[in-house]
Amino acid sequence: MPPLARRNLFHDKIRLAVTLTGITFAVVLVVVELGLFLGFTTTTSGLIDHSHADLWIASRHIPYIEQGVPFSERKLYQVRATPGVASAEKYIARFSNWKRPDGGHESVQVVGFNTDQAMGGPWNVISGSVADLKTPDAIIVDDLYWKKLGISHVGEVFEMNGYRARVVGTTHGIRSFTTSPYVFTSFKNAQNFANLAEDQTEFILVRAIPGVNLAQLQLDLQNHLHDVDVLTTAQFSGMTRFYWMFTTGAGVAVLLAALLGLVVGIVVVTQTIYATTMDHLREYGTLKAIGAPNSYVYRVILQQAAMSAVLGYAMGIVVSLFVVHGAQQGGAAILLPWPMALLIFGLTLLMCAIAAAVSINKVTHLDPAMVFRG
Amino acid sequence: MEAAIRVRGVTKTYAEGAARVAALGGVDLDLYRGEMLFLMGPSGSGKTTLLSVMGCILRATSGSIQIAGREVTGLSERELPGIRLGHIGFVFQAFNLFPTLTAIENVEVALELKGIRGARARKEARDLLAQVHLEDKSSTYPADLSGGQKQRVALARALAGNPEILLADEPTAALDSHTGRSVMELMLQLAHEQNRAVAVVTHDSRIADLGDRVVRIEDGRVSSVEDRRSRDAALPSSHFIPMPNSQPIHARLS
Repeated sequence: MPPLARRNLFHDKIRLAVTLTGITFAVVLVVVELGLFLGFTTTTSGLIDHSHADLWIASRHIPYIEQGVPFSERKLYQVRATPGVASAEKYIARFSNWKRPDGGHESVQVVGFNTDQAMGGPWNVISGSVADLKTPDAIIVDDLYWKKLGISHVGEVFEMNGYRARVVGTTHGIRSFTTSPYVFTSFKNAQNFANLAEDQTEFILVRAIPGVNLAQLQLDLQNHLHDVDVLTTAQFSGMTRFYWMFTTGAGVAVLLAALLGLVVGIVVVTQTIYATTMDHLREYGTLKAIGAPNSYVYRVILQQAAMSAVLGYAMGIVVSLFVVHGAQQGGAAILLPWPMALLIFGLTLLMCAIAAAVSINKVTHLDPAMVFRG
Repeated sequence: MEAAIRVRGVTKTYAEGAARVAALGGVDLDLYRGEMLFLMGPSGSGKTTLLSVMGCILRATSGSIQIAGREVTGLSERELPGIRLGHIGFVFQAFNLFPTLTAIENVEVALELKGIRGARARKEARDLLAQVHLEDKSSTYPADLSGGQKQRVALARALAGNPEILLADEPTAALDSHTGRSVMELMLQLAHEQNRAVAVVTHDSRIADLGDRVVRIEDGRVSSVEDRRSRDAALPSSHFIPMPNSQPIHARLS
């Protein structure tokens, strides 16, 4: 088949550059906004998703993890006595006050857990270890927030809520959705840092015996315990994500921006593909006059649109990868998992198909007799 | 004797706002294989409209049109392209080549529309370019061809799929007189040697002598028909080809 679509597309280099720039811009915008949405969503429930717990026990009707209300630790023993429970541990995720070396104050979120167990601890530890947290006043802070908190090296000592806090390690990439960085420490230390009474906890993390029916265990615990909710990790994660992303409106704003990116992309690409069609209108009229069915002309236009989509997408993804890589060093995570990349490729094709549809409509109504007009 | 195109009582009316303008007012015309017919007349007389109607590009308002014996006036918009593809090759005043394709690719597009693809299409396109003496320009883009060469590529494209009818709208208008004449001689050759029916709209009087018949159109009607075959029959000829009506005609070949 003569490469009419490809030749038409590449014939006008400036127009091609404008088309590809439009698609690239739209792809980058959508990647950034959807990636931010995904990053924010993942960040809001990061503590829950990485807890290695099967069930979370929390005060009644709390909508998200930062809203935890302390309750008596006596419930811990009731939980441990319930058949099907392999282990249960106290857990704190509570705001506190951090004093910077320059005298300034920052809000932090203290995360206290049992350092002897593998539930609720930090992940992506790049210096020090969870075991180092067993010493009194030991804390681990993510390196993304060292500058914000005035930390310069491991071993440095700070003041948190009037208590001594010593940095014994660091993680990488554990972001907080709020502006308050996570400070991981032992449960005992966390009680001090967060002003929690000795006989209280904020959450109880439960791990079930392998093979136990989790839904049944959840029901049993809910029946035995009063004034608390028993939630699966997935449920609590979903509640927290929903709260931050939709109740606060943060997620809606990001999604709207992504939609805006798509709309801008469609407008730009439609305009350029339509202009290209207009440039070649006489040729399409000639094709129709010599007997080409409309479907043949549509195919030429759609091929042009598809080629634009593939090239624009490829360029957009390359630029996006740089943006995603750059964002890893900052406070806002932009994620680009391959299913999302695939989804955006589909959206790019759709965007170009919509753009082509406008041109196709024009060609459908093209009078082949135009070829006889001079 | 069956005409390649038979036109009977054809009218064409255009709406211009509330008014209706009659472009054709009841035309009867036959176009036979083996002849080159000129449609001549002043601007706005209806020549191109008649050619468009004969080529199934425009629909007649009333009347009958038969292409190769088939009545086409009742066919749907979906069926008409098939008639054009199967029976008619078009040559346009402005050549209407695809500027982003080479000469041979321009011909291949038309072949592809007729279901001929790949190596066969390439070979046939090359043969067609050879027929119009452009075999050495097959890889040249239209922008790098002269006006005459462009029109010959357009002619090769019109011949793709071997249609029995060629319709040309002012094919010499954008050419100098010498080039225009050589293109018309080529078309005459196609009519006489390959037994095709060729109709040419022109008001180029310099080439009027090449036509077998000259049909003059005025105000949407046939005002006169000059049959040059009968006039030339007695002249010494360099080339005689039997016509469908068995009358010998004189074909002038350069």
